[in-house]
Amino acid sequence: MDLFSNLALGFGVALSLKNLALCFVGCFIGTLIGVLPGVGPIATIAMLLPITFGIDPVGALIMLAGIYYGAQYGGSTTAILVNIPGEATSVVTTLDGHQMAKQGRAGVALGISAIGSFIAGSVATVLIAALGAPLTKLALLFGPAEYFSLMVMGLCFAVVLARGSILKAIAMIMLGLLLSTIGTDLETGQERMTFGFAPLSDGLDFAVLAMGIFGFAEVIKNLENPETRDVVRQKVGRLLPNREEMRQSAGPIARGTVLGSILGILPGNGAVLGPFASYTLEKKLAKDPSRFGRGAIEGVAGPESANNAGAQTSFIPLLTLGIPPNAVMALMVGAMTIHGVIPGPQVMTKNPQLFWGMIASMWIGNLMLLIINLPLIGLWVKLLKVPYRLMFPAILLFCCIGIYSINNSPVDVAMTAFFGLFGYALVKFGFEPAPLLLGYVLGKLLEEKMRQALIISRGSFMTFVERPISAGLLLVALVILVVALLPSISKKRDVVFTENS
Amino acid sequence: MTTLTRRAALGAAAIAASLALSNGAQAQAYPNKPITMMVAFAAGGPTDVIARIVSEHMSKTLGQQIIIENVAGAGGTTTTARVAAAAPDGYTLIMGQMGTHAAAPALYPNLRYNPVTDFTPIGVAGITPIVIVTKKDFPANNLREFVAYVKANPDKVNQAHAGVGSTAFTTCVLLKAQMGVPKLNAVAYRGTGPALNDLVGGQVDFMCDQVTNLTPQIIAGNIKAMGIATPARIAVLPNVPTTAEGGLPDYQISGWNAIFGPKGLPADIQAKLVDALDKALEDPTTNKRLADLGTVIPNKTERAPAGLAAILARDLALLDKPLRETGAVGQ
Repeated sequence: MDLFSNLALGFGVALSLKNLALCFVGCFIGTLIGVLPGVGPIATIAMLLPITFGIDPVGALIMLAGIYYGAQYGGSTTAILVNIPGEATSVVTTLDGHQMAKQGRAGVALGISAIGSFIAGSVATVLIAALGAPLTKLALLFGPAEYFSLMVMGLCFAVVLARGSILKAIAMIMLGLLLSTIGTDLETGQERMTFGFAPLSDGLDFAVLAMGIFGFAEVIKNLENPETRDVVRQKVGRLLPNREEMRQSAGPIARGTVLGSILGILPGNGAVLGPFASYTLEKKLAKDPSRFGRGAIEGVAGPESANNAGAQTSFIPLLTLGIPPNAVMALMVGAMTIHGVIPGPQVMTKNPQLFWGMIASMWIGNLMLLIINLPLIGLWVKLLKVPYRLMFPAILLFCCIGIYSINNSPVDVAMTAFFGLFGYALVKFGFEPAPLLLGYVLGKLLEEKMRQALIISRGSFMTFVERPISAGLLLVALVILVVALLPSISKKRDVVFTENS
Repeated sequence: MTTLTRRAALGAAAIAASLALSNGAQAQAYPNKPITMMVAFAAGGPTDVIARIVSEHMSKTLGQQIIIENVAGAGGTTTTARVAAAAPDGYTLIMGQMGTHAAAPALYPNLRYNPVTDFTPIGVAGITPIVIVTKKDFPANNLREFVAYVKANPDKVNQAHAGVGSTAFTTCVLLKAQMGVPKLNAVAYRGTGPALNDLVGGQVDFMCDQVTNLTPQIIAGNIKAMGIATPARIAVLPNVPTTAEGGLPDYQISGWNAIFGPKGLPADIQAKLVDALDKALEDPTTNKRLADLGTVIPNKTERAPAGLAAILARDLALLDKPLRETGAVGQ
């Protein structure tokens, strides 16, 4: 079969000693920078670009790709250990992952996230190899109208499943949507809600918001209460999930992989929805949804698998079409062009070594991440034993470095501090930050896609129901709403994003 | 969100530089410490790629590392303003382009720099031809049919661009003005990638952009090329006719990237940089890497400081009126 000969070619390339070493270096660096809060793959890949000039293109791209999925993986370590999501995709991991850490199950959480990520990564790699080209065609059916409807559906999940604090959850989502409108208007170039303050003209950075309302706020909260922190330190527990936990996680991993893979292919960063969708689904399927937010292993296994699957499949549009679906992939395009490979539909035929070599190296990279990370879990967990008076300055320092590195902007660091205070106030008043971040992440796409769709349709809202895929997605959203509003069912509604009672 | 930093490298460079200074190297001629070349856009973009390819060879000639620093924001104008205000010592340069220098004055009412008087031109690093492309099932097959169809169906046709101030935006504003349909529906995307994605997917009808981004899709048949806005056909797309062949001879525009220093750069420093750029563009490897991107290397007169000043003056005049008439602002 063609696929096998191609994969054989790919593994032949990826298994050369040099490429194995580069893959390892990439994954290792990626894990490290992923663990450091705020230091993201974009900054790292850009910094390392000049170093790759001396390497051949295949090796260079294998290493850079390794950094990317290594960072995706490492980001969950920080989310679990210190409750700071490094990337939009690890916001969900903080919910149950950090709770598990507080209960002394940090090792289990890290372990299941490593295992889930590996399984998801392996499946996604096979998917890219076998179905890359047809899937690209499918993704191209998604125009602005479809995208808008997908985002509406995503928001419905979040609204519907919030209970008890439903009003607060909606308020947070709305606030997130509002925050996402800060900055330069895409159509007219006019500034909105910036109060003439120049640093706001490009909008708030996700990292600024996330580090602030999660990271800084978490530090303030912990400093207020040193005793609870000590409890976390004393309990370390097992380092790996046991058989029962593996059994509980199997379903979530499988479903998360499927969801993450599908959403990862979509252009325009659809991958961010993956973990949210997976978490919602797992909570809905669970026999006892109240465990979620209190350290449910399914709430880590599912979203982490979705996250990693999405990270892998977001390579599909880049490899098969040459069009980058997100900022990191745009940087990979740059890396390819600098190395003299012009990204486009021809890469597969003109540079088969590169194409199949990268795909093979993805699987090898996932294996390496597992090998790198399982032994490291013990080390990460020991970090929790470090006295908090030493930990928190280090966390703050790394956050500041990371935020500064995004734009070379000291204002960003100051804004993060502001959002830290804001996040602390939210916690005090019983508002959860996760829906705010979801609203923020979806808000930009929601507005952008709605306006694009309306411009194309000459202002007709019918475009959202006339297009079959879009109509289907809106229908699903409507069904979810109706089902939730039926009183008998609404009693069973549960809280998606409430961290603790 | 796509920006990043070279601060760590700069930090190391600063330490290296201070060590060099303590060794009495300050007596040495320019350059005696690493040079920063600012790129006002995200790493990996067309401007960044050209800056990295050219600076790699220039570093060899100058004997000092050129460090690329990407700081994006406000269509590149923030960083361009920063370079305009920098000390004219030759250690801060910018890889400018059509948007930051020729289009910005018409789009940004409060622009904090004058692209002509606030900079010392060094030279043009590359000229990238602009090609007009449509989705693959668009009813027109050549530029004449395209213009006729657009004029007959202005309420049906949608144009995509990569955001106010982008090359795709600017060059299409000029095209629409020359076709006599300045108000044609334009859909804004966040960058060339998403815009191209929707063009390939058939969600929008046409766009104009640099060949670098479009060539692979044209060759693959995912989109159709209507015309290329250069005086002669180009090597990477030999089958695509020029706009003159297609009956739109006035539509002549190219994207360009050029190195500028702050105003008042001493003549000897300027000369050294001009020489380093010349050597880079004449180097066969660098030359080929740029040519593979679809970039045209200007000849020595065109790329010299005077040639750059001429290109800048021409494009400022060409773009001013059509851009102001769109009413779009960057700010």
